Amino acid sequence: MKCGQGTAALVIRVGDPFCRGCFREYFVHKFRAMLGKNRVIFPGEKVLLAVSGGPASSAMVRQVQEGLSREAAKRLRFIPGLIYVEEGAVRRQSPEQREQTLAQMETLLQATGFPYHLIHLEEALELPPSILQPGLEHAGPSGPSYKEAVDSFIQQQRQDGDSGTSVPGHSTPDTAAGAPASPRLPGAAQTQELLRTFEAATTATAREELLEMLRTHLIVQTARDRGYAKVMMGESLTRVAIKLLTNLSLGRGAYLAVDTGFTDQRHGDVMVVRPMRDYTAKEIAFYNRFFSVPTVSVPPLFTKRREKPSIHQLVERFLLGLQEEFPSTISTVYRTGEKLSPEPAKASSESDRCLLCLCGLDTYGEEELALEPTLILEEPAAGAESKAAYIPLLCYSCRLTFKELGPLDTLPPYVRAEGQRRIRRAEMEQNQENQESNES
Amino acid sequence: ESFPLSVLVHCFYFRGGAELLFDGVKKHQVTLPCQPEPWDIRNLLKWIKQNLLKERPELFLQGESVRPGILVLINEADWELMGELDYKLQDQDNVLFISTLHGG
Repeated sequence: MKCGQGTAALVIRVGDPFCRGCFREYFVHKFRAMLGKNRVIFPGEKVLLAVSGGPASSAMVRQVQEGLSREAAKRLRFIPGLIYVEEGAVRRQSPEQREQTLAQMETLLQATGFPYHLIHLEEALELPPSILQPGLEHAGPSGPSYKEAVDSFIQQQRQDGDSGTSVPGHSTPDTAAGAPASPRLPGAAQTQELLRTFEAATTATAREELLEMLRTHLIVQTARDRGYAKVMMGESLTRVAIKLLTNLSLGRGAYLAVDTGFTDQRHGDVMVVRPMRDYTAKEIAFYNRFFSVPTVSVPPLFTKRREKPSIHQLVERFLLGLQEEFPSTISTVYRTGEKLSPEPAKASSESDRCLLCLCGLDTYGEEELALEPTLILEEPAAGAESKAAYIPLLCYSCRLTFKELGPLDTLPPYVRAEGQRRIRRAEMEQNQENQESNES
Repeated sequence: ESFPLSVLVHCFYFRGGAELLFDGVKKHQVTLPCQPEPWDIRNLLKWIKQNLLKERPELFLQGESVRPGILVLINEADWELMGELDYKLQDQDNVLFISTLHGG
């Protein structure tokens, strides 16, 4: 043990147990080190923390609180806000249960003193099509370097008498001003509409992917609307390892680095960062237990009767089972993921960018045989909007997911609107080309 | 010369498994009956399977141990420090199970 005094409380590395005090120091330090090493969060910047109520994101909020309460030299210098996406509709919660979860979450969010946003998954039905396009980046290569930004911030703070990032005394929902304290649920019609989208998906895997997509889009849209330059997601090391193998199995091999890395820049103006990806699920569980970090539990995404489990569930079971017998499994998968490059995910133009995941298409130059499983062969009545027309807009993996989603009229409106626009645009370009070749 | 043991068993699930497994109750003050050999965690898990688990024990147990992804704390310390399955239970011990699993 490090200090040689405290009582051993947990084992992270074999033969090197931690006492509570040393563990706390180790845990808190790791967060600062993660941010310090990556240098992407600028002082004074607004950062939106995505909170699910689960262990990892709750521990993340606590780390930010810790970081903001430190003495000036070691203090985190960004301005945090919180977002919670309420997903009770697809977790088969009754309206009463949803209200209850929401009230628990609101208590948890309020207690931080940070501004917060409560969003319902139903609101994804009103997302603008522009969420499927990257926003313009504010600080390009011409912007100040990290060091310059820190220096000027510190200078500014000295002039202001160090009041720059003082934590607000109490927290208020950043939604409509003067809203009543009790949170309200979306209308029953909206919930039905959302459920129709999820129920139309034919596999549990497609539903997991759909949920993840809608949630991410809601979070990024909120960040964009409210002027947050960064979003922090709480995926743990264990979760990252599971996601690496899951996404590999889903055919997202080209995008593993952006799907799991510290930074994810696919949305352009809003950067997603994953500061918890160095902590194992075990470290997080013990930290939350020892230091009374509150969490809120919710039921899993619904499944249909006698349905096969999702790839996500199978991979989790597989990896954790293997880890039991070979304790370095998860860290090996994680470290292997560190070697991957984000380059293949970059898209140079709209026609080169996947409609759903915004990554650069990985389908060019592939042999026809390899793409065959992604094609839709049966066509609906001629002239009608067809699902097949969307396939060229999608990457390999999103094609497979898209095939398992329901008919077009069950898709979220923003996906359909943006898809239609791109299909029309591609048709116009095709016509123009044909005309030009006819003229010559 | 053995006595019944009173043990507190506490379960934390983050994806709603507790309702299914332990009849919705998170804290169980249990009294373990007298038996010739001393109670250890291995025996406790067997006892939980027979007496507390309502449905689908495979969500909680695997073989003679807990399912991978479920952490065990004995008196607020990692069971890896206490001999895991071989730990000999004392009267008034506190045994805590925390699930780190996502999908059901």
